[in-house]
Amino acid sequence: MSIKRMLIANRGEIAVRIIRAAKAMGIHTIQAHSEADVDMLAVRLADEAVCIGPAQAVQSYLDIEAVVAAAKATKADAVHPGYGFMAENAEFVRALDAAGITFVGPSADVIDRMGDKVAARQAAEAAGVPVVPGSKGRLDTVEDAVNVAAKLGYPVMIKAAAGGGGKGIRIADTEADLRKMAPQAQAEAKASFGDGGLYLERAINSPRHIEVQIMGDGTDAVHYFERECSMQRRRQKVWEEAGATCLDQETRAHLCDTAVALAKAVNYVGAGTLEYLYDSQTKEFFFIEMNTRIQVEHPVTEMLTDTDLVQEMIHVAGGGKLRKSQSDITRNGHAIEVRLNAEDPLMQFLPSPGKIGTLRVPEGEGIRFDHFLYEGYQVPPFYDSLLGKLIVHAENREAAIDLMISALNGLEIGGIKTTKPLHLALAHDAAVRADDFHTQWLEPWLAAGNLKQTP
Amino acid sequence: MAQVLSPVPGTFYTQAAPGEPQFKQPGDSVAAGDVIGLIEVMKTFIEVKAETSGTFKEFLAEDGAAINAGQPLAELEG
Repeated sequence: MSIKRMLIANRGEIAVRIIRAAKAMGIHTIQAHSEADVDMLAVRLADEAVCIGPAQAVQSYLDIEAVVAAAKATKADAVHPGYGFMAENAEFVRALDAAGITFVGPSADVIDRMGDKVAARQAAEAAGVPVVPGSKGRLDTVEDAVNVAAKLGYPVMIKAAAGGGGKGIRIADTEADLRKMAPQAQAEAKASFGDGGLYLERAINSPRHIEVQIMGDGTDAVHYFERECSMQRRRQKVWEEAGATCLDQETRAHLCDTAVALAKAVNYVGAGTLEYLYDSQTKEFFFIEMNTRIQVEHPVTEMLTDTDLVQEMIHVAGGGKLRKSQSDITRNGHAIEVRLNAEDPLMQFLPSPGKIGTLRVPEGEGIRFDHFLYEGYQVPPFYDSLLGKLIVHAENREAAIDLMISALNGLEIGGIKTTKPLHLALAHDAAVRADDFHTQWLEPWLAAGNLKQTP
Repeated sequence: MAQVLSPVPGTFYTQAAPGEPQFKQPGDSVAAGDVIGLIEVMKTFIEVKAETSGTFKEFLAEDGAAINAGQPLAELEG
C-alpha cells in the first residue's frame, strides 16, 4: 500500500519541496494547479500536471470536488496537501477516504479534534501537557465570557472556538474591553467559520513562541526537538530557529516528552507541530494548539536533526513505520530560517507581485534556499506572498547568524521588492544577536523606525 | 476629469464586503483621501484612495475583476 502516484494539492515553494521529496522516493508526481499557476516551477518539475480551476483559490486549491476529481482523473493513490489551503480540512480528507485515496496526514477525526481549540486543549490536558488557564468549554454568550474572564484574570485573549491561524485574535485588558470585543469576535467567528462560539484564555505577557515537531505512524510517535518562532509580525512568523537556546536541557526534555505523549494519545499519523507559549522568567510552558500538517519552517528542524521530514511523512502515510527511533534522533548545531516575502518592508510591507528579474541564489555548506522562483517568472497577486525560505545551519547560534548575513548578501531576487532588508537588519540587531526577544518584540521594533532605507 | 489608478495588481472590489453598499455612487462628492475601492493582493486588502476631490462619475472596473497595476479603476469629474 505504499504510495506510487501522488497529487500535490498546493502551490509555491512547498509544492516544489514535496515534488523533490516524492521523486527521491521513486513516486510519480502530479501537480495540481490553478489557471494562474500554469507557469509555476512545480508544474515544470512534476511528472504531470492537472488544472483544477480559476485563479481564485476558492475555485481551485480550496475546492474539494475539483481536487478530488483531479486526483481520480490522474489515478493518484495519494494526495499531499502541503500547508494552508486544505491541509487541515477534515471534510476534504473524508472526500478522499470515500474515493479510496490516501491523504498524506492524520485522519479526519484527528484533524477535527485538534482543529477545535477546546477539544485540542482537553486532549492535551488528558495527556499531561500544560495548558494556558482558559475557558473549560466553548462560550456562547458575552455574560459567560465575562464570568470566565473574572476567574482567569485580565488580560484575556479572545479566540474563535473553531478558528485557525493567528488572525482574529483579540486581547481584552479590562471587562469593558471584553464587553466591547466579544460581540465583534462572535460575529467574525460566525462569518469566518460558520460558528460563533468563543474561547478565552489568560494572555501571557511577552511570551516566547516555542513549538515541537512530532512524527507519528499511528502507534508510535517521536519528536524532532523544538523550534523558536517568536519573531512575528501580525502573528505571522518572520524568522525561525531550531533549537531554542533559551531552554535549559531539563525544560527541553519535559517540553518534547509531553508533545510525544499527546501525539501517542491520539494515535497520530504524519508530521505535526505542538505550539506552546513559553515564559522565560518562570520557565513555564503552555500548550496553545496543534497544527496537523507540515509547517513552513520545517527545514530548520531538518537541518538540526539531519532528517527529511517530508519524505518521512509520505512514508508513514503509505503505511510505513517510523524509520527513526527517539534515540536515533539527535540535534546538532543551530539552524535559522528567514521568510523571503514579496513585500516592501520599507513601505508598510506593501505586497509586491511581479516579474522576477535577476535571480542569484547563495550556495555553500550549511546554506539552503527553498523556493519556486526562476528568472522571468511572473509572481501572481492571487496567493500569499511567500517567495522562498533561506535556511542556514552552523555549529552554534552565533555562527548561524553570521552565516545568515553572508547568505542574505549572496541572495539577489531582482524585479520585485522582498523582505530581505528586514532580515539583514534583524541579523545585525544586538537584541537578536543576544537572543533577547519575544512574540511582541518585532512590531514595536519596526514602529520605532529600526528599519531604514540604506543609502 | 481625473482617473483613480490602481497602485498594485490584484482583485478589485467596489464594496467593503458582499452585501455592503458601494464605496461611491455616481454623483457622490469625493474628497481627496476618500476610499473608492479595495484591492486584494497577496491576501492583503489595500484601500484605493482618491488623490483629488471631485464628483464620482463611474467605476471603470467591475467588482471582483482581476486588474493590473496602473489600471484606471474609477473616474471623477470636476
